[in-house]
Amino acid sequence: MRLKSLLMATALGLGLGLGLGGGLQAKELKFAFQGTLNSLDPYNLNETFHLGFQGNIYEGLIRRGADLTIEPALAERWEVMEPTRWRFHLRKGVKFHDGSPFTADDVVFSADRSRAEGSDVKTRIAADTKVVKIDDHTVDFITSKPNPIIHVEWGTWYIMSKAWAEKNNAVSPQKLSGNEENFATRHANGTGPFKLVSHESGVKTVAEVNPDWWDNPNKEHNVTKVTFTPIGSDATRVAALLSGQVDMAFPIPVQDQKRVAGNADTRMLIGPELRTIFLGFDQYSDELIYGNVKGKNPFKDKRVRQAFYQAVDIEAIKKKVMRGLSEPSALMIAPSLTAIKDDRFKRHAYDPAKAKALLAEAGYPNGFETAMDCPNDRYVNDEAICQAVVSMLAKVGVKISLLAQPKAKYFPKVLAPNLDVSFYLLGWTPGSLDSWNVLHNLHGCPRVSDSAAVWNKADRDKIGRGKFNLGGYCNPEVDALTDQILSETDPGKRNAMIEAAYAKSIGDIAYVPLHQQALAWGVRGGIELAQRADNQFAWRHVQVK
Amino acid sequence: MIALVIRRVFQSFVVMLVVALLAFTLFRYVGDPVAMMVGQETSLEERAQLRETLGLNDPVPLQFANFVWNTVQGKLGISYQIGRPVADLISERLPATLELSLIAALYSLIVGIPMGIYTALHPSRFLSKVFLTTSLIGISLPTFLIGILLILLFGVHLGWLPTFGRGEVTDLGWWTTGLLSTTGWQSVLMPAFTLGMFQLTLIMRLVRSEMLEVLRTDYIKFARARGLANRAVNFGHALKNTLVPVITITGLQVGSIIAFAIITETVFQWPGMGLLFLQAIQFVDIPIMAAYLVLIALFFVIINLVVDILYHVVDPRLRIEAQNAHG
Amino acid sequence: MLDRILDSDIWYSFRQSKVTMTAAVVTVLLMASAVLAPLISLQNPFDPASLDLLDAFLPPIWQDEGVWTYPLGSDDQGRDMYSAILYGSRVSLLVGFASVVFAMILGVGLGLISGYVGGAVDAVIMRVADVQISFPSILIALLIDGVMRGIVPKDQHDQLAVYVLVVAIGLSQWVQFARTVRGSTMVERNKEYVQAARVIGVPPFLIMLRHVLPNVTGPVLVIATIGLAVAILTEATLSFLGVGVPPTEPSLGTLIRIGNDFLFSGEWWIVIFPGFTLAALVLAVNLLGDWLRDALNPKLR
Repeated sequence: MRLKSLLMATALGLGLGLGLGGGLQAKELKFAFQGTLNSLDPYNLNETFHLGFQGNIYEGLIRRGADLTIEPALAERWEVMEPTRWRFHLRKGVKFHDGSPFTADDVVFSADRSRAEGSDVKTRIAADTKVVKIDDHTVDFITSKPNPIIHVEWGTWYIMSKAWAEKNNAVSPQKLSGNEENFATRHANGTGPFKLVSHESGVKTVAEVNPDWWDNPNKEHNVTKVTFTPIGSDATRVAALLSGQVDMAFPIPVQDQKRVAGNADTRMLIGPELRTIFLGFDQYSDELIYGNVKGKNPFKDKRVRQAFYQAVDIEAIKKKVMRGLSEPSALMIAPSLTAIKDDRFKRHAYDPAKAKALLAEAGYPNGFETAMDCPNDRYVNDEAICQAVVSMLAKVGVKISLLAQPKAKYFPKVLAPNLDVSFYLLGWTPGSLDSWNVLHNLHGCPRVSDSAAVWNKADRDKIGRGKFNLGGYCNPEVDALTDQILSETDPGKRNAMIEAAYAKSIGDIAYVPLHQQALAWGVRGGIELAQRADNQFAWRHVQVK
Repeated sequence: MIALVIRRVFQSFVVMLVVALLAFTLFRYVGDPVAMMVGQETSLEERAQLRETLGLNDPVPLQFANFVWNTVQGKLGISYQIGRPVADLISERLPATLELSLIAALYSLIVGIPMGIYTALHPSRFLSKVFLTTSLIGISLPTFLIGILLILLFGVHLGWLPTFGRGEVTDLGWWTTGLLSTTGWQSVLMPAFTLGMFQLTLIMRLVRSEMLEVLRTDYIKFARARGLANRAVNFGHALKNTLVPVITITGLQVGSIIAFAIITETVFQWPGMGLLFLQAIQFVDIPIMAAYLVLIALFFVIINLVVDILYHVVDPRLRIEAQNAHG
Repeated sequence: MLDRILDSDIWYSFRQSKVTMTAAVVTVLLMASAVLAPLISLQNPFDPASLDLLDAFLPPIWQDEGVWTYPLGSDDQGRDMYSAILYGSRVSLLVGFASVVFAMILGVGLGLISGYVGGAVDAVIMRVADVQISFPSILIALLIDGVMRGIVPKDQHDQLAVYVLVVAIGLSQWVQFARTVRGSTMVERNKEYVQAARVIGVPPFLIMLRHVLPNVTGPVLVIATIGLAVAILTEATLSFLGVGVPPTEPSLGTLIRIGNDFLFSGEWWIVIFPGFTLAALVLAVNLLGDWLRDALNPKLR
């Protein structure tokens, strides 16, 4: 009897072994990205690639699907008990990679850790939100004010194991003043579809499939191993894809898309991205920091801003600089993130003659001089766009000297508190994928009180509203609407308010929106994957043939 | 002699301090590390706080003093970006850079010396002129362009060689090497060729001019007059006298090869110190930059020190002069 | 004067070498076209108003879509490549010459002092040289860029990039001059005629100027020529690393850096033409330096 059962078990085991062997044929995915993956601590840096990568190892209470819709993940479901109390019911039977079970304690712990000193994802949960464990699989979030979008950014608020963090002395994120490495920097213990194998920052990172993932019954992917290599040089990255050393590489420079698409073994995957590229003006200074107009600031005049708008030939930029891979935009947010109808807002037409007339009307018949700040390693062909803008404005008489710099020098120069800028190019993706973020950060009036001066030097560190409104655009009506949008829970009313706020700022020509750049991924034949519009690469959608 | 060594060691120490000071002054101008360390949603107040925590608001002399004190104790700090001790990062990346530099140096010697000898012995032959001119073409194009053209030809077009990285790497515990695997050797070819090109030209020309001079000395003329065979004179006498300065210069060049490796490593995504350093510049990762600079300076200072002392040992004239000059 | 030159050994050795003569012709031609750029170009590529983005990426004239207004094609901003190369050579040569002159003045001066005075002064200068050598030129460029941006008034930042490059490249080259001159000076210092001059009370400055300097001009000239070639290349490399002239006024190096992005996409003319020009210029200058080294070396005659 015992022998028989032993034999049975062996046979079963063999059969299983064979079955698994067939199913688990090594399917390796090798991919390259432009930037490096520094720390593996999921709270270390609030940046798309970092969070996107970690989203394959860690998971949040919710997750975003391939089309960015919100799906339940570690929370099975949730309900709004009252406007200030949200209840999340956690998934049962989920295990971390080290085998320990996932419970409400881990959620409470993660909420604390993500708000601790050194965390860069503090905005995921407001500081005054209370996180209360009801039982092992139920957690309540109690806010001080109603917040209809409390969970929308939680796709990138990853749950860490309390026991693991405590055991390894990683209860708080990396401290920079110390001399010791935080355990979470090179080790990861999530619940996600992949487990970390090794991580050498700047060299390569290896992960393998998690055979015990809770969602394995519904899994779409067949990947067993993933190898990531950062390749900074564009040409080297494209060469790696073309020569077959990586299966997927992103971003592919727009000019190389034809080569990648034309190659027998590779193809381009192109989709709309959520980042909006735009031009901004200093509208608050009494005299421009850079310029030859003395005693007044030409950008305070809406006609001048409109002249700049109409002097820029966005279609030429799309055709030549972006090689068709951009979507000219009238809005400061990707249209797919709003309920606004496509034809509701239109760009001012390209019309150099009109631009000249507007400048003359504003008192600058011969134009004027100013300087433009531009990054040269941040957005797709940023420097080339700026050069094109300078050349187009030169044709209507505005003489601009261009300072294109690496982001490490550009951002400190133009961002608060320095604001050493008159005219600039910037890009923005709302992390919450929602308009409030755009209105609050880019259109909010940057001052501490209604009576204070815009960007008053002494208060600059205290600015919350409008902290990326470098030009100091200021319209109290927009601010009032923004505040209402934050707490309005009725979707219809909220959308109407959003539309009204955009209508006002677009009417003021607060900015010159240029385009949404396109995502350009290069993929080898035999690899199927889903391209998410937020440029996160989720391996759980990958099929290797 | 001992006094001289002590004096030179002391001078070297001062040099290191100056390097550290310069490195420090430099950091204030490469950018703001905080802007590179946080995401867009971090508030201005938190940014200001972080600046304070990192000690970026301290007076520069204080920052410098702290840096020197920590460095002397061997504490190189934690990388702002990577969150790991800089000493670990550098010791992980050092083998890749040293291996690449060494192979580049060896290749430039092995190819450069015979070419130099040939051009010196047969100055008017056609092949000599070809050597002299083509070796110049190699250093007439920027390294980054040569690298990309090589990748395009051998990596993409012909598909013979890997386009990036180090290939399969073996971990020996204290050292990682790519030289024990086929892919490792394949991977090192293009970067080493690109990096060694400049040195190759330099060595070839150096051998040629040294050899030409030696061949004209009375000593060689006497050797010929004694009826020794050409071959014996050329290789037994002339070459021997040529090699001393060549080896010295090559030694001195090792430091600059390592510095030049920054560009080669970037083009070929070679995971060495140069790549680490360039990324550190992009992200204003001050602890890495500081450590890299001090390390490179240390290399140069030690090499210079050794060369100086050797010269004094080898050349008696300099010894007497040194005694005269300093009583 | 002309007779003396035509009669000299140097002229003879020049006439003897076809390679050298070709190199000289190429150098003169490239320099002349750089100087005359405004007269012989088709477009002013530094004037943004004269560029038309819609004319970007046109191929050279002999290809299907080529047009006569852009004989060597156009780049990503609609710059005429031919004109851009002329103007770019101008910038490259200007930066090259200026930085070599800067390095030469600094290096020869310090080398003379170091070799003549000796002792502690010598030690300090030579140790500074050690420090200098250990700093990659990109860092020096970053440092100087930062310092200058701090000092120079904001409305003059435009012209800054060129000065930054000149000082940075110059600083990375002075050591060679200084070491060479120091060596020769130490030898000359102990010769009878210099000691005699010192005994009769000629001031050190004059001794250096009259007796020592003429003896080192040969090697200095050689280093300067090769230095020019290196400086032009360094400028190109620095622009690859992001510390170059503004993209609106590109040098040859910046043109190559920009064109580098279009190597895979088939717009080869954006990188090949400036690359060829740069290589020809650097090669020719190097060959001249070679010839000069051999011609000035009395032992090799």
